[in-house]
Amino acid sequence: MTPIESERQQPETSRLFKDDTRFALGRIAVFQYLSVGVFLLLITGFWVLQVRDHEANSELAERNRIKTVPLHAPRGKILDRDGRVIVDNHQAFEVRLTRENLKPEHIEPIAAGLHLDPDDLRARLKRFKSRPNYIPITIKQELTPGELSFVESHRDAQTFPELDLVQTQARLYPRNGLAAHVIGYVGEVSEQELNSSDFAKYSQGDIVGKFGLERQYNDILTGVDGQRRVVVDSVGRERQVLENLDPTPGNNLQLTLDLDLQAVAELAMDGKRGAVVALDPRTGEVLAMVSRPAFDPNAFATRIRASDWKELTTDPYTPLMNRAIQAQFAPGSTFKPLVTMAALETGTIDPSFSVHCGGGATFYGHFFRCDEKHGGLNLHGAIVHSCDTYFYTVGNKVGIDKLAEYAEMVGYGKKTGIDLPGEAEGLMPSSKWKLRTQREKWYAGETISVAIGQGAVLQTPIQLASIIGGLAIGGSWYKPHLVKSAARPDPVRRAEFRSDDLTTVISGMYGVVNEGGTGGSAAVPGLDICGKTGTAQRVSLTLAKSGKVGAELAKENGWFVGFAPRDNPEIVVAALWENVGHGYAAAPIVRDVIKAYFDKKIRMTESKPPSLALMKTSPLAVAH
Amino acid sequence: MARYRSFRDLDWPLLIITLIICALGVLQIYSATHDTKWHSAWWQQIVWIVVGLGLMWIVTSIDYHTLLGQVPILYCISIGTLLLTFAIGDVVFHSKRWIAVPGTRVQIQPSEFAKIVIILLVARYLSELKSDEISLRDLLKLGGLVGIPTVLVMSQPDFGTGATYMPILAGGILLAGLRWRYLAVVAMVCALALPAGWYLLKDYQKARLVTFVDPSQDPRGRGYQVIQSKIAVGHGGIWGRGVTQGTQTQLRFLPVPHTDFIFSTFAEEHGFVGVVVVLGLYFLLLMQVVQNAQAAPDRAGMYICMGVATLLLFHLLVNVGMDVGYMPVTGIPLPLMSYGGSSTFSIFMMLGLVINVRLRRFVT
Repeated sequence: MTPIESERQQPETSRLFKDDTRFALGRIAVFQYLSVGVFLLLITGFWVLQVRDHEANSELAERNRIKTVPLHAPRGKILDRDGRVIVDNHQAFEVRLTRENLKPEHIEPIAAGLHLDPDDLRARLKRFKSRPNYIPITIKQELTPGELSFVESHRDAQTFPELDLVQTQARLYPRNGLAAHVIGYVGEVSEQELNSSDFAKYSQGDIVGKFGLERQYNDILTGVDGQRRVVVDSVGRERQVLENLDPTPGNNLQLTLDLDLQAVAELAMDGKRGAVVALDPRTGEVLAMVSRPAFDPNAFATRIRASDWKELTTDPYTPLMNRAIQAQFAPGSTFKPLVTMAALETGTIDPSFSVHCGGGATFYGHFFRCDEKHGGLNLHGAIVHSCDTYFYTVGNKVGIDKLAEYAEMVGYGKKTGIDLPGEAEGLMPSSKWKLRTQREKWYAGETISVAIGQGAVLQTPIQLASIIGGLAIGGSWYKPHLVKSAARPDPVRRAEFRSDDLTTVISGMYGVVNEGGTGGSAAVPGLDICGKTGTAQRVSLTLAKSGKVGAELAKENGWFVGFAPRDNPEIVVAALWENVGHGYAAAPIVRDVIKAYFDKKIRMTESKPPSLALMKTSPLAVAH
Repeated sequence: MARYRSFRDLDWPLLIITLIICALGVLQIYSATHDTKWHSAWWQQIVWIVVGLGLMWIVTSIDYHTLLGQVPILYCISIGTLLLTFAIGDVVFHSKRWIAVPGTRVQIQPSEFAKIVIILLVARYLSELKSDEISLRDLLKLGGLVGIPTVLVMSQPDFGTGATYMPILAGGILLAGLRWRYLAVVAMVCALALPAGWYLLKDYQKARLVTFVDPSQDPRGRGYQVIQSKIAVGHGGIWGRGVTQGTQTQLRFLPVPHTDFIFSTFAEEHGFVGVVVVLGLYFLLLMQVVQNAQAAPDRAGMYICMGVATLLLFHLLVNVGMDVGYMPVTGIPLPLMSYGGSSTFSIFMMLGLVINVRLRRFVT
């Protein structure tokens, strides 16, 4: 600076335009150093990105470029016994969100466009926190056309690059809730399930069976997802396919259910609360199973709304319960065939044993009432008219532990083993049971109630159908099942009952329907239907009279179990109609199903002969 | 007015470096756009370069003293065209930067040509000071003269281009000799106010501030562009992915790959080695310009050359710095490489000025 300083000392006139550049040379040098600095800074920037962080950036570039699109495997279809489709799939779109690109302020508009609750969406994203944030998360399934176009028009790089569409196969269930409890529904695997061994191979976000057959046969129905690895550009257009792994669809499931019978049973239960189970007693095949009230499984096929779920789970009539296998109620008079078998087999009585019914009888100081004054009755008459006085007397003679022994033999108090999750056990009390559970002695007076299917005895509709069906075919029980097996199944239990005793019981049940008994409304001319009514208290009589329970819920449940034909039975049907008041009310339900079974059978055999006749005359057929 | 003596006196190193960089630019424009709707941009760019060389020739052939003499007129024309841009400009990306030449499809960006006028203006103003230190009055006067077009351009709005006028002014003033007291005060105020203000702001406020200053850029795209640019650069590695092989470039994760982000695409396809080579070329070019400043016959020539050098350095810092995430996205092109007629013309004319000064260094 000294030259400049000295220049400044000179008078203004003497420096008249001394136009040279020397004065600035120092400053130009400073500029040169500055330039070197800028270039070094820039080169450092490139060194950091290109040399030091090259791998990390390459990975990001690859992730930008290569998109993995899951190819969802469709679940297997569910077919009825004749191969008719009950549960199908349909094409749907789901939208996924990549949190890596998500801006917090996008949540609100995205939720609005997809009709989601922003808080639900946030909660959902939070649940997947443990997953790397470049892995997309499904935020909505089965998009409506409006939602689809919202995603299509907003998933560009400028608007919501975090969104992404995937084609899926969604479940399509019968619209009217047909066989809803049997089929069940699918849903996203829950945290709880992921921790259990059943769902070990699944990961968060997977769709699994949650209920019914969908749950029971989840592994069979679930296919193996494929995937496409594609090169995409910045607007998501596919430029090149790197890998295409086709999905393997899940296996179809053929059921033993007969859609025709199922439809009749559904119709018969319309507007009622209860359940119907129809079995082929010779194999254990379930021909129809209805539980009411029902629900629409389609509501679960997409992610069910919290409000709908709450409504279903808090409904006092428990529509999500499969009453056919989960409703446990006192059997009432449907218990009497078992009491008869126990009495005959133990030799306590013979069919000629008679009791005079005067509208009840006193045992151990208590009066036990009967519905009517039946007068003098033998065993047959007692079954036909369902006389309680008779069975009080017989049960008292047999004793609780013999009753329990035979009850267990035919299947009371244990699961039938049907291939559905959540079956209830029912209950058959005994003196041991009482000691074990209540640490009390069995009072002989308690046996009196048990003898007419009250007291602690509990059964499920499936148990009733299975037990009576097994007795009807001569004392062997096949495991009830819904999925058709190729081989003819072996019975799970066999009881060595005297055929005379079985005949006595069966003829009694024949009388119930056809000889002016309690189940007369189940009769169909030409079909020798046998059956038994049951009217069971849900609450104790004293409580019912006290008015502490609703009048409707205090009414008795109606049971009816029937089978046909009398010899070599092919179908057994148990029906439960809750709070209807009388067992005979349930008889027409059973009649309708049995009638439908034989109507169909006749239809099938009538339609076959012409073709058979044709075949007989055909030389080709003969050659075969 | 003396003419230059021979071709020998042309600044051959400067011309050659310039043309090498231009060639690399054309190659990169081709690579980045060969399968896009801009696929003919490389060819167009060659046309711009040829026209640019012609303009350079014209600028070189008129003695720069003559040009300096016309500064008032040139300045008025600049302000006039900038005002005209407001009136009849075409709106692109919410910004009015272009005016169409009547009867043609050619569009001109007056703010690019204003750079040249500002360089000349600063050079003339400072060279006419008969002192080695600038007074406060001159400082404010010159600041005002440069400030008017700056404000006009920034309110187009085109923050980036407007910002390029400031280094010309600042560089010129520092060269002319700013009283230490002024410099110290200005420097201290800047040093204290900027970081303090910046750190007091929250992230979203910073983003808003940037958006406020320059709303023409899509605010949502801003972060995305920088991220994609850094990925592209890093993906290049040491040796690069090869011409037309950069996936970030080819799959268009990089926005405007042939204009503002051309150097990111170059970095992806040519790697660190390519970057060092090209930055080296730019450095040589810059030093060549500076050398011409040192050899200038008079202060005016020196100011012209240093104005060009300062502008060049600023462009490099902001554009290339943006590619590696050092600088915000402001949308100013990379001289000589980015596709674009007006910016190519203006840089060639500026280099023409430098050669002009060089050719007259022996004139007495």
